[in-house]
Amino acid sequence: MGELLEAAFRLVIVFAAFLTLPLLVGQLEHKVMAHMQSRMGPMYAGGFHGWAQLVADGVKFAQKEEVVPAAADRTVFRLAPALALIPYFVAMVAIPVGPGLVGRDIDAGVFFVLAVMGVGVIGTLMAGWASANKYSLLGAVRQVSQLMAYELPFVLAAASVAMAAGSLGFTDIVDAWEPWWLIWQLPAAVVFFVAGLAELNRPPFDMPVADAEIIFGPYTEYTGLRFALFLLAEYAGIVLLCLLTSVLFLGGWHGPFVDSWVWTFAKAGVLAFVVIWLRVSYPRLRADQLQKLAWQILIPVALAQLLLTGVVTVAW
Amino acid sequence: MSDQSLLSPTGVDLVFALLALVAVASALMVVSTTQIVHAALWLVVSLGAVAGCYLVLTAEFVAWMQVLIYLGAVVVLLMFGMMLTRAPIGPSDDLTGTNRLVALFAAVALTAVLGVLVVDAFGSTMIDVSGEPSSASVMGEALFRHWVLPFEALSVLLLSALVGAIALSKSDEEA
Repeated sequence: MGELLEAAFRLVIVFAAFLTLPLLVGQLEHKVMAHMQSRMGPMYAGGFHGWAQLVADGVKFAQKEEVVPAAADRTVFRLAPALALIPYFVAMVAIPVGPGLVGRDIDAGVFFVLAVMGVGVIGTLMAGWASANKYSLLGAVRQVSQLMAYELPFVLAAASVAMAAGSLGFTDIVDAWEPWWLIWQLPAAVVFFVAGLAELNRPPFDMPVADAEIIFGPYTEYTGLRFALFLLAEYAGIVLLCLLTSVLFLGGWHGPFVDSWVWTFAKAGVLAFVVIWLRVSYPRLRADQLQKLAWQILIPVALAQLLLTGVVTVAW
Repeated sequence: MSDQSLLSPTGVDLVFALLALVAVASALMVVSTTQIVHAALWLVVSLGAVAGCYLVLTAEFVAWMQVLIYLGAVVVLLMFGMMLTRAPIGPSDDLTGTNRLVALFAAVALTAVLGVLVVDAFGSTMIDVSGEPSSASVMGEALFRHWVLPFEALSVLLLSALVGAIALSKSDEEA
């Protein structure tokens, strides 16, 4: 009974983090983008520097009418947002943020998270197909072709650090981590982060939802709460990617002075800032540039890193 | 666990049976639905239930493999192919092929052969799965020590399939 209660308690904590952290990233994005563009961003909602802007947005979404296109496949259309969002929650359960601070410690944790994250794309595919809209369908097709190209470097980069640590568990990887890995595993870290951005459709990899070309891709026909769920999935994806990168490549809770979960969140926060920074700085990649970047740069770099990691691990 | 009989199922057995039921039922939906994309989505349910079965048998690593490769890649590729070609919303009439009886016969025959084989080989064996979940390291040891030859043979087969695919697409381009 005690064990069950503890497991439930951990799940509740992870769920709370799953709902609040994406909002924090969203608010950060509003403010950082605004200041980089010499604007103020939200200033009124909630009083102090518009801190409640996203809460207000949520209320607005909840009030909107739920529209399902007449020609759409209603069941699949309604199921899609859930399928896009739930994998991110399940993945977050397995990521430790401090020693012992994890929803559920899983033996092959890295593998589990990568596997579950890959399922989310089915939600996007369902949304794109069931909307009965050519822009939605085009967006879904673009999404999958992009994902197919970037899944490989993403997994290879994660495999490199798992090989270096000799384990697929997050806690073991963080325990084995040493500061000089920052240099040794740097190519893998960069490949992982870039490929992760591409998987999340974040600019400059936002061709599947390119508003100037195909409105909002697979999410074009969505309104109200279901649309909000897709947005939440995107920001939950950012949180997940930043946490993953900091745990796998930046040493997680290791830091100067004292090892603490604060370091994990600090590293993830800096990475989230970089995600926003990249959005403001780079124009969108074209289809051919996207494929070129994945197949001709990221995958060879990831393979070379894997080779280097293998040689160093065996020779040490 | 060894003194346990088939007639006194535990909770784990029940979960396994339920998951197997889901897998079989959704597999039937895959072949009987009249909407082609729904067939692919039912396939997701079926393969997911199989992953759940692996999990109940404490083969964690195999279960995550199943999710990563079958749910995350194979089904997504299938749906991608359908959307690129023809995936209408609503029922299509021509989904049932003319050789459905042959297909039914092949399926039943395969099930019979595999069933007989499994029952004959493991019929009365009780395998204790209550211990530690099989970790990735156990899996790796087995794969690269005992099964390294089949593993390498498989990778050569995959490589030749890859080269074949590239050769096919090349000759298409020149024609």
